[in-house]
Amino acid sequence: MTITLNINGKDETVDAAAGTPLLWVLRDHLKMTGTKFGCGIAQCGACTVHVDDSPTRACITPHDTLEGSKITTIEGVTGGAADAIRSAWIKNDVPQCGYCQSGQIMAATALLDENSNPSDEDIDAAMSGNICRCATYMSIRRAIKEAAGDL
Amino acid sequence: MFLHDIGIIPRGDKKSEPNPDASKITNLTRRGFVVGSSLFVVGVTLAGCSRYEEPKIDPDSLDLPAAGPSPLTEVKGGDATPALWIAIEEDGTVKITCHRSEMGQQVWTSMAQIVADELDADWENVEIVQAVGHERYGDQNTDGSRSVRYNFHRLRLAGAAMKQMLEEAAAIYWKMDPSECEAELGKVGNSQNSDTLSYGNLAKVAAKLQVPEEKDIAVKDPKDWRYINKEIASLTIPKITRGEGTFGIDVDIPEMVYAVIARPPQLFGKTGAVRDEKALAVPGVLQTVKLPDATPPALFKALGGVAVIGSDTWAAIQGRNALEIDWVDGPNASYDSETFADQMVQTAKRSGTVRRKRGDVAAGLSSADSRVEAEYYAPHLSQSPMEPPAATARWDGDKLECWACVQDPQATRQTLSDLLEIDKENITVNATWLGGAFGRKSKPDFVVEAAIIAKEVGRPVKVTWTREDEVRHGYYHSVSAQRMEAGLDANGKCTSYLHRTVFPPIASTFAPGMDVPTDGEMGLGATDVPFSMPNLQVESGNAKGHLRIGWLRSVSNIYHAFAVQSFAAEMAHAAGRDQKDYLLELIGNARNIDPADEGATYPNYDASIEEYPIETARLSNVVNVASEMAKWGRSMPSGHGLGIAVHRSFLSYIATVVEVAVSPEGALTIPGVWLAVDAGTVINPRHTRAQMEGGTIYGLSNALFGEITAKNGAVVQDNFPSWRVLRMGEAPRAFEVQIVPSNTAPAGVGEPATPPAAPALTNAIFNATGHRIRKLPIIGASGSRLSLPTEETA
Ligand code: FES
Ligand code: FES
Repeated sequence: MTITLNINGKDETVDAAAGTPLLWVLRDHLKMTGTKFGCGIAQCGACTVHVDDSPTRACITPHDTLEGSKITTIEGVTGGAADAIRSAWIKNDVPQCGYCQSGQIMAATALLDENSNPSDEDIDAAMSGNICRCATYMSIRRAIKEAAGDL
Repeated sequence: MFLHDIGIIPRGDKKSEPNPDASKITNLTRRGFVVGSSLFVVGVTLAGCSRYEEPKIDPDSLDLPAAGPSPLTEVKGGDATPALWIAIEEDGTVKITCHRSEMGQQVWTSMAQIVADELDADWENVEIVQAVGHERYGDQNTDGSRSVRYNFHRLRLAGAAMKQMLEEAAAIYWKMDPSECEAELGKVGNSQNSDTLSYGNLAKVAAKLQVPEEKDIAVKDPKDWRYINKEIASLTIPKITRGEGTFGIDVDIPEMVYAVIARPPQLFGKTGAVRDEKALAVPGVLQTVKLPDATPPALFKALGGVAVIGSDTWAAIQGRNALEIDWVDGPNASYDSETFADQMVQTAKRSGTVRRKRGDVAAGLSSADSRVEAEYYAPHLSQSPMEPPAATARWDGDKLECWACVQDPQATRQTLSDLLEIDKENITVNATWLGGAFGRKSKPDFVVEAAIIAKEVGRPVKVTWTREDEVRHGYYHSVSAQRMEAGLDANGKCTSYLHRTVFPPIASTFAPGMDVPTDGEMGLGATDVPFSMPNLQVESGNAKGHLRIGWLRSVSNIYHAFAVQSFAAEMAHAAGRDQKDYLLELIGNARNIDPADEGATYPNYDASIEEYPIETARLSNVVNVASEMAKWGRSMPSGHGLGIAVHRSFLSYIATVVEVAVSPEGALTIPGVWLAVDAGTVINPRHTRAQMEGGTIYGLSNALFGEITAKNGAVVQDNFPSWRVLRMGEAPRAFEVQIVPSNTAPAGVGEPATPPAAPALTNAIFNATGHRIRKLPIIGASGSRLSLPTEETA
């Protein structure tokens, strides 16, 4: 089944079975492996992308429901919040192994886009869906606050 | 010219995307350079304003002395021959080979810091090349928190030797004595004038020179370090923020197909009848492959089952869901972890095998003024790195190449050679980045699966483990039951101490029927107990393994520190004393301990007890530092409590204080954690702090929520809701780390923060609520709060 998806501002033609989650279309078909697989059931956030600017779990989102939507992945996310998050991430050496961090950055960017001055509770609410087994939570919280300050 | 392996990790790209922190460091070090070296102040100043143009050196035009073999192949730690570790390209790029696996501990950065410092390379020019698995690198097993400890000496030598050879190359070119040439930040300077020659220009000459002997190599005085012990930014993180870098699961090679595997629910269960018609009807499913049944011992063998091959991972997963398989029970069909727990607790009540003995514990206990007894239980755990295991294999005739997130590419190669019966020389194992590992990826069973399936399919295959696979078919942290008994005198001082520990050993994975805790595991927090009472006995009890038992971040230290440090607080309570003061009294006066003096066979993390003694003064010191950080003894609001634990593991000393707040309904939060660590020489304080936070929270996660159980031989949990891990909202609100300054030999940092986390937490809960937790997990997968005893039962 061939459809066109708009990913990071570019139209991509995809031929995948109906119902295939966006995650596997990105990773296996388009070879965009920045978006990660962690659980497959919307529990860990490793696969977080933006669909029309909202953080979305690519592992449970059938790609064929996204025609006409604007999809943004870690490879393409830009803008004030994304830049501030990236540089706060680098400055604070937030990632350890890095595997969860595409999802963390996508979630944090969406948070700052919505709320440029998040409280601890806002951060908890926005980020608790993103597991980090390296437990970089302390650094993530620090970096989000710093990025908010830089906005 | 220089020996190096090109793995699949792309080159660093600092040139295209400058790393702001890296340039900051360079500025900083340049400042140090001007202050520190009067010789080169002149050189730099003149070079900056004169029109010196560096000549291009033609190595063939020079009359070079003949070079013999490297005398550095067998120094402490292994081979320090510079060409094994360093390749300098003409443009000045310094490629440093990292033979350990990068899994978030920032080993790329720390290895590079050591080499680049002694080489006096410009950090801006440093790139990492990931080594393939090969004996020439020596030990590549990235576990045991020992990458720095094993390699610090030889990597310093390699860097310093290379620097000397570059200086000598410049001396030959300038026809002067090497003592008049001094290397600094990627250039060799001429002390007679302001001329300089860059490393890139000199490299081809240096490569032909004799490698110096160890006695003739001058490593730096630690006060001159510019990268070691400095907060150097990570070499991997800028890429990570752009979704770049290749993890095992990201590998993509031409013609590759995707596999997932339905494995027997029980260890050594067998695959009976398979009906795959529905699976084959799933769009994108290409074929199925039956794997051979696994037989004991488990080793790193594939577990058997049926693989579904698809044109993408989703097709393979859907195909697997549609498989119909009759599993046949194996020898572990009756394993029920709940029943087994009762048996282990019974074993812990009976006297066991004595593993360390001081004085007469039986006599001491019976003559004590009062006695304290407690039993502790800790369940199986899963490592659950965020990246589940994944491996790609490609056959080319009888040659096999694999790409995988493995902690030990060398053991992976050996395992493939042993199990597939192919010559090691025909196998290449490329280590990718590891999306976390925590011990799981030191077992290359998933690479074996990929190799078997790729051979069968006749195309390159990537095997991906889903989270369910990872949780159900792991190498689990061992379940344990422990009994502690103490005798106190009239003043509450402990005079007798008995610790009995029962757990299935990791060796059960490698030798069928092996049920005796090994000296190695006993030395992880049991036989190395640092207490000073006159009567002390450590015993073990046997237990069989029914799942694959394996290493998990800090291994047996987790349950041993939980029991020992909880019990220390229980004794303090019985004596009516402060936890921290009593802990210091248990540790006693400053001395070095060798458990071997009291009958223990104690491996000391494979380090000599002379070089890395058990120093009680360092333990007491971290207790004091952490207590001061936490303001131990301050008055607490109702429902709040502080708890402390201290533990030496991986040759490092860590004390952790946890503050908890427990609401009357039992809702638990962690307002703060204060941690003091003495890890000897620390390569990167910033990344050490990250490991302290990460290791602690990993331990808190296990203690609060972690539990793997089994019924009918099969693991019950399957994914993150039932196998619960700590999330952002549950993380501590504040976390302070203090690194004790030390210039003693480097010790581990990746694991040792984990063991004290659980007992510090349960000791804090006791101080907050009066409720003593002896069975983990504290809350569990489905709970939301502590179950506090009611008034009547308390
Ligand atoms: S992989 Fe999508 S939420 Fe875990
Ligand atoms: S950085 Fe490793 S899982 Fe988050």
